[in-house]
Amino acid sequence: MGLLFLSKHLPVKESQPGVPKTPADIISTVEFNHTGELLATGDKGGRVVIFQREPESKNAPHSQGEYDVYSTFQSHEPEFDYLKSLEIEEKINKIKWLPQQNAAHSLLSTNDKTIKLWKITERDKRPEGYNLKDEEGKLKDLSTVTSLQVPVLKPMDLMVEVSPRRIFANGHTYHINSISVNSDCETYMSADDLRINLWHLAITDRSFNIVDIKPANMEDLTEVITASEFHPHHCNLFVYSSSKGSLRLCDMRAAALCDKHSKLFEEPEDPSNRSFFSEIISSVSDVKFSHSGRYMLTRDYLTVKVWDLNMEARPIETYQVHDYLRSKLCSLYENDCIFDKFECAWNGSDSVIMTGAYNNFFRMFDRNTKRDVTLEASRESSKPRAVLKPRRVCVGGKRRRDDISVDSLDFTKKILHTAWHPAENIIAIAATNNLYIFQDKVNSDMH
Amino acid sequence: INSEIHDFCHLKESKEMEDKVTSPEKAEEAKLKARYPHLGQKPGGSDFLRKRLQKGQKYFDSGDYNMAKAKMKNKQLPAAAPDKTEVTGDHIPTPQDLPQRKPSLVASKLAG
Repeated sequence: MGLLFLSKHLPVKESQPGVPKTPADIISTVEFNHTGELLATGDKGGRVVIFQREPESKNAPHSQGEYDVYSTFQSHEPEFDYLKSLEIEEKINKIKWLPQQNAAHSLLSTNDKTIKLWKITERDKRPEGYNLKDEEGKLKDLSTVTSLQVPVLKPMDLMVEVSPRRIFANGHTYHINSISVNSDCETYMSADDLRINLWHLAITDRSFNIVDIKPANMEDLTEVITASEFHPHHCNLFVYSSSKGSLRLCDMRAAALCDKHSKLFEEPEDPSNRSFFSEIISSVSDVKFSHSGRYMLTRDYLTVKVWDLNMEARPIETYQVHDYLRSKLCSLYENDCIFDKFECAWNGSDSVIMTGAYNNFFRMFDRNTKRDVTLEASRESSKPRAVLKPRRVCVGGKRRRDDISVDSLDFTKKILHTAWHPAENIIAIAATNNLYIFQDKVNSDMH
Repeated sequence: INSEIHDFCHLKESKEMEDKVTSPEKAEEAKLKARYPHLGQKPGGSDFLRKRLQKGQKYFDSGDYNMAKAKMKNKQLPAAAPDKTEVTGDHIPTPQDLPQRKPSLVASKLAG
């Protein structure tokens, strides 16, 4: 495959073995910005931590642009809906960066109900030499002022300031699962289980509903929206996935309410293979357009599929993530793991796709060579600058020395959230409350 | 005739084997149905979806509680199922069922 990875960065404060993990520390989303210079993570406690890639220095060629903490802030707080007696979790479901338009960086973060626009600015200079105030900011005794001076800007230690610029509230009755910024950089959409809304980034008191699949009678409810995304280039197109495994491509030029899809992507099911689990495992947990805009990547419980926008009948490629789980579906239903929502990612050139699995394993599929690899994100196998060793799950039959058997997989160690740098072979993997950043060794040798 | 019956038995056997081999899913489904015979006919249907839509702790609501008490009169109030947090029509949360208050927020460990 040509991809060797070496571990570059582990969290500064790792969880101590034996100490119970704080649920608030569980990472719930990971997202690179458009240049890859910044990496944002959101967690169950409503906090956002932003990492910045250090510029490569000639003095230390081995510290090839490592990611260090840049800023951290509390994005959402737990809330309470008094009318329904329901708690609103502060967990950050998604973070999306806005394309950078000036010196500041902006991102959208959302929990189940409220989306917030945050502006991140740097301050590295401060004015000194005021006429009316002294160094501490206290007013000067005017009788001591004998001459006028012009305040000058002096350098200071870098300070990163984060402020909430917009709060988009009360737009959703159900739980928000996705947000996506439009290529027009002016609007964005937010999707919950039954509806999708279109917002303008500057307007918080109204939004347009563009998809509504709520049935008149809730008893008739058969499917929900699971994910949605705007097309990367065509500002009028967006896709949304459903719990029944279908994708709907919608064109906002066709109608104000896009309940009627322009294209429906659905793989026909073999009725003889249908089981109790069929619909549950076909639910699409994530959908991502390729960078080219020509393809879509979907993740369901056991596979990742590549769809060509020009072909609705079936995906053009299907990759098995962990087919050996098919004979474990009963227990996976009982422990609720069958409802886990894994994400998927494209690399910058759309040639490799990646998704997480159990036991802190993650998988990569090379679309050109058709080769795949299973890697592990764990402290034991990820010493700094160590090369990741491919792992293998054995399903019975011949067993090699380092193979893991299906029965010894740890289903509590799930990698749901992964991200790929937009241009380089750098990946960010969230393993419960730990963040791993891996970088391609081959690439870094070329510098 | 003996050989015909023999062939027929083989055929039936191999078909059963085929079913098991080609569909581990169906075998898992049979396992599940054996454990939970009352599992709904529509697996991906309304119940499952409605549970999904209603994610979130339901807290003690004194109005609900008193209305249910009035309705029940002499009957025992149904207690919360210890494991599942599923809210059904009959389940009224009681003060004993309330989860403990959330701990105070601290800085993320990722931030160092």
